Amino acid sequence: MIEIVGLTKKYGSFYGLQDLNLTIEEGTVFGFVGANGAGKSTTFSILATLLQPTAGDAFIDGMSVTKNAHEVRKQIGYMPDFFGVYDQLKANEYLDFYGASYGLTPKEREALIPKLLELVNLEHKRYDYVDLLSRGMKQRLCLARSLIHDPKILILDEPASGLDPRARVEMRDILKELKSMGKTILISSHILPELAEMCDSIGVIDAGKLIAQGSVHEIQAHLQSEKVLKVKLAGPAKEAMAFFENDPLVSKLVEKPEKQSIEFLYRGTEEDQIRLLRQAMERSLPILSFAEEETDLEDVFMAIMKGVEVK
Amino acid sequence: MKTLIANPVLIKEVKLRFRSMKSFTGILFYLMAMSIFVFGFIFLTTSLTGSGFFRPDESFLLFSMMTYIQLGLILFITPGLTAGTISTEREKQTLNILLTTAQTSFQIIFGKMTSSIAFLLLMIVSGLPIYSLVFLYGGVDPLQIVVIFLFYFLTLLAIGSIGVMYSTIIRKTIVSMIVTYGTMIFLSVVTAFFLLLSIQISTLGTGTPTFSPFSYLWASINPAIVMLTLLQPGFAQEIQTMTAIELPLWVGYLVFYSLLTAGALWLAVKRLRVNMNKYK
Ligand SMILES: Nc1ncnc2c1ncn2[C@@H]1O[C@H](COP(=O)(O)OP(=O)(O)OP(=O)(O)O)[C@@H](O)[C@H]1O
Ligand SMILES: [Mg+2]
Repeated sequence: MIEIVGLTKKYGSFYGLQDLNLTIEEGTVFGFVGANGAGKSTTFSILATLLQPTAGDAFIDGMSVTKNAHEVRKQIGYMPDFFGVYDQLKANEYLDFYGASYGLTPKEREALIPKLLELVNLEHKRYDYVDLLSRGMKQRLCLARSLIHDPKILILDEPASGLDPRARVEMRDILKELKSMGKTILISSHILPELAEMCDSIGVIDAGKLIAQGSVHEIQAHLQSEKVLKVKLAGPAKEAMAFFENDPLVSKLVEKPEKQSIEFLYRGTEEDQIRLLRQAMERSLPILSFAEEETDLEDVFMAIMKGVEVK
Repeated sequence: MKTLIANPVLIKEVKLRFRSMKSFTGILFYLMAMSIFVFGFIFLTTSLTGSGFFRPDESFLLFSMMTYIQLGLILFITPGLTAGTISTEREKQTLNILLTTAQTSFQIIFGKMTSSIAFLLLMIVSGLPIYSLVFLYGGVDPLQIVVIFLFYFLTLLAIGSIGVMYSTIIRKTIVSMIVTYGTMIFLSVVTAFFLLLSIQISTLGTGTPTFSPFSYLWASINPAIVMLTLLQPGFAQEIQTMTAIELPLWVGYLVFYSLLTAGALWLAVKRLRVNMNKYK
């Protein structure tokens, strides 16, 4: 279990992170969402014992990342957002070095390395120089590296950045496999639909503050008080337009003649929505369908960010 | 002790350093240059004096010259080998990962330090056969060689620690290099200048040398001067009368450079995980 308590990081007088509180249950996947500069990497660096917080602390299985850093390091596998590799080292030697760094014996390492390479689909690159691997391969190798000491917790800072769509799918499959192995995974990403699919819970951070936390659905509900409703019509739109226009909870009504439909933003609860539909039916409007436009996390994210900008 | 030898950083770095042919060609060149120098010197002195044989005092001169050349090599190569050890990892963005492993700061610094000076040690040791050639001609006490190698080792360790320390506390390798070379030049050149200055001052009014701890200090931290006292006991005597301090210079050297080594390494270990903000 990971507990983050009042975590604050100041860069000079600027708050990179401000009073962050979070609890992440064991065996779950936590997605960390936020715009550039929101404080994701700052949070992860503190968890990975690389950065000292200005205030607050984080606990990994009850061990403080500031006071028991050495013990914490044995429990976490960390993949930074930017990282380099040693040139002149081959993939297996690369893993071997880090294995040794965690105190694994040569025998243990020898047994482990092929398994890890297989996990990240790099068996065929075992004897290739690391700095000659493609970016996506380096990324996967780095993931294998972070697993070498069989950590309970994985802290992955944008593991899919810079990968092509296929490599992303592969990365996601690997992460799913890790999840099934019972690891607790913290992952930050800009590619939100991906997070939505594999995360048990999500935290949205902006300007160093956690602005929402919960399951993907909760986040969507919490952050989106307005939804887009789409009404498909079988006849002329004029009458329907006039009806919806009159409803106080409707805004930004637009007609889409090419699709024979109208769309608007609706601010009401589910009961309101039922009432609206019933009234529309009572007026015998030529409604073919009445649906909520599916919004994915990406839209939610954009909405949040816009809201923040307005503030 | 076992954890010191089975140091992952040390093993990896040594493997990498000796994998590339560069290291071997470097040592080869060094040995070749040394041999050419030695045989050239012997050839020239024997043919010029026409005596046809190499006298012990000439042998000693050769020995002294070789000793100074090696000291020069140590002073000039050590900063280059050590002043980038940590900062290049930082620049290549491999340091953050290294610091999240289960290695202690001390282990990392120790591994870096040992692996970078291992090359120079090997170079010096590989020159031993050529060195021992001088014995054939006499004029050199074997004990002197032992003392001089210990002296080399201490110098290497001290300059190396300074390089590693700067490399830890300074972000950019290039700056760390400059500062390390600057420090080396201060210790080996500027101190000689200060020594002259303080001798001038201490003899100013009286005309005769008086008790002068500053002169002693400057002399005792200058590698070239201390080495001369090791090579020529007569010179050691001279320094003693000049500073009016009985303590041999090498004692001062030993104390100063041991403290410097310990201090620099301590600082490097302490500071390795500070300033860990970002490497963008
Ligand atoms: N070493 C530093 N010195 C000063 N400010 C910093 C430092 N590191 C980060 N910051 C600032 O802290 C804020 C958070 O940065 P952080 O890297 O955590 O963001 P992020 O959410 O990871 O962004 P991205 O999506 O671009 O990776 C940014 O405004 C950044 O400029
Ligand atoms: Mg980041």
